[in-house]
Amino acid sequence: MKAVCWWGKGEVRVVEVPDPKIINPHDAIVRISLTAICGSDLHLYDGYVPTMMRGDVLGHEFMGEVVELGSEVKNIRLGDRVIVPFPIACGRCWFCQNQMTSCCDNTNPNAWMIEALTGYSGAGIYGYSHMYGGYAGGQAQYVRVPFADVNPLKIPVGVPDEKVLFLTDIFPTGYQAAEQCDIQPGDVVAVWGCGPVGLFAIASAWMLGAERVIAIDRFPERLRLAQSIKKTEILNYSEEEVFDELKDLTGGRGPDHCIDAVGMEAHGTHIDAVLDRVKQAMKLQFDRASVLRQAIHSCRKGGTVSIPGVYAGFIDKFPFGTAFGKGLTLKMGQTNVHKYAPQLLERIERGEIDPSFIITHRTTLDDAPEMYRTFRDKQEDCIKVVMRPQ
Amino acid sequence: MEHARITHAEKNVNDPERWISVVFGSALAAYGLKMRSLPGIVLSAVGGSLVWRGATGHCPVYESLGISSAEDAGRNVSVPYGHGVRVEKAVTINATPERIYSFWRNFENLPKFMHNLESVEVKDGGRSHWVARGPAGTKVDWEAEIINEIPNELIGWRSIEGSRIDNAGSVHFTAVPGGRGTEVKVVLRYDPPAGVVGAAISKILGEDPAANVQEDLRRLKMLIETGELATIDGQSSGRKS
Repeated sequence: MKAVCWWGKGEVRVVEVPDPKIINPHDAIVRISLTAICGSDLHLYDGYVPTMMRGDVLGHEFMGEVVELGSEVKNIRLGDRVIVPFPIACGRCWFCQNQMTSCCDNTNPNAWMIEALTGYSGAGIYGYSHMYGGYAGGQAQYVRVPFADVNPLKIPVGVPDEKVLFLTDIFPTGYQAAEQCDIQPGDVVAVWGCGPVGLFAIASAWMLGAERVIAIDRFPERLRLAQSIKKTEILNYSEEEVFDELKDLTGGRGPDHCIDAVGMEAHGTHIDAVLDRVKQAMKLQFDRASVLRQAIHSCRKGGTVSIPGVYAGFIDKFPFGTAFGKGLTLKMGQTNVHKYAPQLLERIERGEIDPSFIITHRTTLDDAPEMYRTFRDKQEDCIKVVMRPQ
Repeated sequence: MEHARITHAEKNVNDPERWISVVFGSALAAYGLKMRSLPGIVLSAVGGSLVWRGATGHCPVYESLGISSAEDAGRNVSVPYGHGVRVEKAVTINATPERIYSFWRNFENLPKFMHNLESVEVKDGGRSHWVARGPAGTKVDWEAEIINEIPNELIGWRSIEGSRIDNAGSVHFTAVPGGRGTEVKVVLRYDPPAGVVGAAISKILGEDPAANVQEDLRRLKMLIETGELATIDGQSSGRKS
């Protein structure tokens, strides 16, 4: 089959690789109908995530048709059309049973790698380095799905791929960010970053009853897209002083909830082994931590700072005194996709939202190398790339 | 978290054994220091302790391995002259103590999650024959017996007199409140005898024994909770094309 493989920093290749096969009794094989490049794939592309190996199959946002089942998978059938959440859940551990599937205990065969850094390991992730399990990803024609009895979500006939593909990651990620703000009537929500996750956080904040939503970015095309969602107000941080402007816009109170959909864009790992890479990542972190500092600084007293953006290492000059002094609530973490995907699918079916509005580029797997470049360099106003593998 | 340590008690080591301790301990300490890593530090500490043991002639007597104190003899799990490395690790498994106990009590299940263990054959009278993988394709085997058992709570075992490698262990099953499952705590003690220095020692001590036990417990948890071991062995990649 064809697969998009990581080939080193700044290089992905479309390679002919063996078709995946059932390895464990709870596995399934899915023939992929639509797959996407995630903003977090760019960290791999740029070489910021250690423990990648040349030839690893990329991709953690994918959907398709079940074409093969392991002996223990009883509740889905051949031919079912499914989306597959990016964190791999076992469905049996305490975390999975308490809807914290991104914290799953049992799906990362390389758990020790992450434990060396954070003390604990969460779920394995498709196509996202060996410290996240080393699972082959879904920017390919076929993929092996472990624990297929609990991971895939069946999609009803008639709902197009483009409307449901983002249930695998970015829509639930934006939704979780908004939900953990516990939005009350009259609340103002500010969202830093109008990439796909930020856009879905904005849409979700409206769904959950925000009075006003303020979007912050510097790319005009992204701000335009944000502005198209309900009555979202926009703020270009390259032109305006964000803290002052937010204060003015909220009568001096500050936004009730601040969502950082930017993140550090850097991952750490086994400190001894990859010190150089971590240092490289740290350089980026210093740069990007400014969003989190600004969110903490701008948030009203007693408000919520919600962080769907990815952080992995250490933060320099974290304004903890400000967070303490204002009594802020900080909420963060990888997305528990399995918790949200079914209810968000219902919203899509009811016509409350069509997540395909973020797609700017539609192409095939063969174009992946070019699309990674275009997406990273934000050329052609690129916000979201989807690819048809067949 | 490293839990390897040496304990000492009254003088009870004979002279040849003390001499071996000094020689072997020195070598171990030197090798460990040379490794310049955490396992190396542990190794050199073990070596240093062996030197100390040899020099002083002090060695542990029967010692409680687990939850119990000396007064609570019924729950003791003892190691005879356990002058080796002690490892203690725990994992919480989302299952009842009964289920995990039954699985463990059938010792022939142990190689399914203990990766250095090749086979365990259960014999009559609480005895069993253990075969472990050593370095470079070598094998080490010994006979063990159950020395203490409380159904659904604990199992204690030790190698019988004359085994090629003296070792003892216990596993404790404790239900945790609030639907959190069962804490499974394993305590192992390896006694490095001079006879198998070439084979077993480098396997058991040369690697990080605490990390080995932790990985074994992780596999036990996967097996009990999900019925399979998470793996990527055999999957597709661009490396093979």
